[in-house]
Amino acid sequence: MKQSKKTPIALMLLLAVASLIIPNVQGQQLEVRVATGTDLFPIPNIILPSQGFVAVMLILMLAMTALSVYLTFVRNRKTPLIAVIAFGFGLVMTVLTWLFSGATMGITTLLAGSLALAVPLIFGSLSGALSERVGIINIAIEGQLLAGAFTSALVASVTDSVLIGIFAAMIAGSLVAAILAVFSIKYLVDQIITGVVINVLIIGLTSFLFSTLLADNISILNQPPRFERISIPLLSQIPIAGPVLFNQTLIVYLMYLAVAGVFLALFKTRWGLRLRSVGEYPKASDTVGINVFRTRYMSVMIGGALAGLGGSFFTLGQVGAFGKEMTNGAGYIALAALIFGRWNPIYAAMAALLFGFALNLQYALQIVGSPLPSEFLLMLPYVLTVVAVAGLVGKVRGPAAAGKPYVKS
Amino acid sequence: MRLELKGITKKFGDFTANDQIDLVAESGEIHCLLGENGAGKSTLMNVLYGLYQADGGEIVLDGKPTVFAGPGEAMKAGIGMVHQHFMLIPVFTVAENVILGHEPTKALGFLDVDKARELVREISERFGFDIDPDAVVGDLPVGVQQRVEIIKALISDAQVLIFDEPTAVLTPQETDELMQIMRQLKDEGKAIVFITHKLREVKEVADKITVIRLGKVVGQAKPSDSSEQLASMMVGREVDLSVDKQPAQLGEASFQVKNLTAFSAQGSKVLDDVSFEVQRGEIFVIAGVQGNGQTELAESILGIQDKVSGSIKLEGKELLGRSVKNVLDSGVGFVPEDRTEDGLVADFTIAENLMLDRSDRPPFAKGIQLQLKKLHEFAEEKLKSYDIRAQSIFSKARQLSGGNQQKVVLARELSRDLKLLVASQPTRGLDVGSIEFVHEQIVAARDSGIPVVIIATELDEATQLGDRVAVMYKGKIVGIVSPETPREELGKLMAGISA
Repeated sequence: MKQSKKTPIALMLLLAVASLIIPNVQGQQLEVRVATGTDLFPIPNIILPSQGFVAVMLILMLAMTALSVYLTFVRNRKTPLIAVIAFGFGLVMTVLTWLFSGATMGITTLLAGSLALAVPLIFGSLSGALSERVGIINIAIEGQLLAGAFTSALVASVTDSVLIGIFAAMIAGSLVAAILAVFSIKYLVDQIITGVVINVLIIGLTSFLFSTLLADNISILNQPPRFERISIPLLSQIPIAGPVLFNQTLIVYLMYLAVAGVFLALFKTRWGLRLRSVGEYPKASDTVGINVFRTRYMSVMIGGALAGLGGSFFTLGQVGAFGKEMTNGAGYIALAALIFGRWNPIYAAMAALLFGFALNLQYALQIVGSPLPSEFLLMLPYVLTVVAVAGLVGKVRGPAAAGKPYVKS
Repeated sequence: MRLELKGITKKFGDFTANDQIDLVAESGEIHCLLGENGAGKSTLMNVLYGLYQADGGEIVLDGKPTVFAGPGEAMKAGIGMVHQHFMLIPVFTVAENVILGHEPTKALGFLDVDKARELVREISERFGFDIDPDAVVGDLPVGVQQRVEIIKALISDAQVLIFDEPTAVLTPQETDELMQIMRQLKDEGKAIVFITHKLREVKEVADKITVIRLGKVVGQAKPSDSSEQLASMMVGREVDLSVDKQPAQLGEASFQVKNLTAFSAQGSKVLDDVSFEVQRGEIFVIAGVQGNGQTELAESILGIQDKVSGSIKLEGKELLGRSVKNVLDSGVGFVPEDRTEDGLVADFTIAENLMLDRSDRPPFAKGIQLQLKKLHEFAEEKLKSYDIRAQSIFSKARQLSGGNQQKVVLARELSRDLKLLVASQPTRGLDVGSIEFVHEQIVAARDSGIPVVIIATELDEATQLGDRVAVMYKGKIVGIVSPETPREELGKLMAGISA
């Protein structure tokens, strides 16, 4: 079997782009700030010579490209994922040095911000994973997030309780998922069309309610309490990892649990095995006595609840109030993360982190004043998605029965 | 265990698929259910397995009337099924497939994978299967997948095992091994119901035979009855199982395939340096187990296979690289293996289907206008001469039986001036009467002096119809032999062992 030549060719192209950056690196040095006030021990800022550091990274990328070319064309073998990751690391470092050279890059704030921005994306991709693994294509993640955002703002404002707010968001998300489920499972409507229609519906509904209801009663209906930052003793004092991972809000901790929980449930439990079998070959599941329809409804709705929870991040975690169409396409990026992560919750979460990083980078760059227009960075998640879907990171294959309604004969 | 079906009736709309069927399966016994495709065998078994609900009659297990609301309940009652289309999930491991539905678990619903492996090993050893529980099912050969399916049925301690057309996908060797496994299961005291339409297998393994036709039991038969007797019971009239043909009048080798190599979309080699020649007036049969490159070969000839290299010449003209339309216009008649998907437009009328390939030219078209009158005359004529049983030429293709659909395809393909006929599994799923008709047409095409290429998966058809038989294995032609070659040798070739 011949190896696909996509990987080495893509690496060569990216290398060519990266080498264009080198002569443009301004400034003598790159200062990296690692320390935060809460560290166990103080760490001095790291100062790297810009040109030299970029040169080292370039050599790393060159080596990985050469390896990929050699393996593909000479040995007829696959390029290992680790080589692609190393190349990606080199590329990101080169770009960062270019953008931040001559200024200080606060690595902890950059990463912590990325993680926060990735939260709704991760919850969204978990919803996608639960739905698509059981055979229902979930374009409606956007709607689920938005419904969660709206409901949590409204309910948390009225009850003055964050917890009741996120609980309501979960219910709202699963109700949106229920619409998707009923139309795709019971009425056999095309799942992609249903998903898109649901998104339009939820955008319209929340915008309408926002202007007619919330806008007139902001103080009662749209001033929810926000998530408090909770720092976990000791863990939060570990340099870099501490402030990034363990000095976050409740919803971030819930996200950790959700990722681990969905992963374990999908791949290590009876429930997950049955769920995945339904997404691959529902008739086979049926012949061993698994209730295909119930499994699909359950999984899609649990997914919806998670996406709803993720939606509450926008209102209770980030902005502090609901705004029209405030999810702004996050659902679609979550879907991209899901595909990028090959329908695996952990990989999808990593992909979402990457997208979160790209989103956060543009905020950071606006502050330093970078040579690159921030809109350009906004494109990055989508470019990455196209690259992923085009098969650069190996063959992308979703659950076999996704999108196909099951009809009992 | 004793399983009794009493007066089972199952209707789909106006159509009665099962009409008052009685059947008894007892432990230590192989009971064959013999019938043609569409006789209602699979429907009956799906009723028994709880996939369908019967409209009448009852299922009696050890004297107790039982109703199965779904396959889960049938399984619990000790009924296992080896499906014709395997109910296996290709991306799961053997162990995962086997335990699906009754998974051993630890606390909190976590899977007990070790126990699952143990279960697979245990049964696997008992029958000498040698199956790795951690192998991914999609990577296994079809014969092994079937064993996984058998393990799956046994794991829930099934006492009644139903085999639904289990040999359709097997090589002759694998079929023999399966027969052996069935005997072993019988000796263990299982009751076995074996559904098939292949007389040879019935005669070899059955203890009892029930023949059904058009949804009704037509009688019991003995394994010692002759094949002709069994066949006429199955079909309802005297049948001649041999193909009637004169010795071939061979002409020049006008169809030549050389060094044909093709890759699938996933990049694996599906045709590996295939070369052969077919003479005018010769039927060249390509035999082999399904999925060994036959489909790709036929599609390469027609020009719908991507990534092909080599050469395909018809009367000196290169066909490879031409468009499908161009290939057809060069005089290639093509009968695809899946007539409802590739041979017909199911929602078009018979008349429309008859001109699919010629809708742009006289006599059916003049400029941009269709000549409907001409078309209808043509269709009426074909309806008569091919004995297509339909209400009118305006009946939709999907309303026809398989045999009549195939007649429409043949009528269309054979009404052009042909220089080559390629037919892929032309009798798949047809009743014996239609098979006779299709064979006659193919022999007639041969006798008109064109080369004919037939792809056959049934060994009997291959040897009866062919003037020469080529056997394909993993994309290669492993041998081209005379149709008189003994069955065992052909079987070896089909398993990739070249002589």
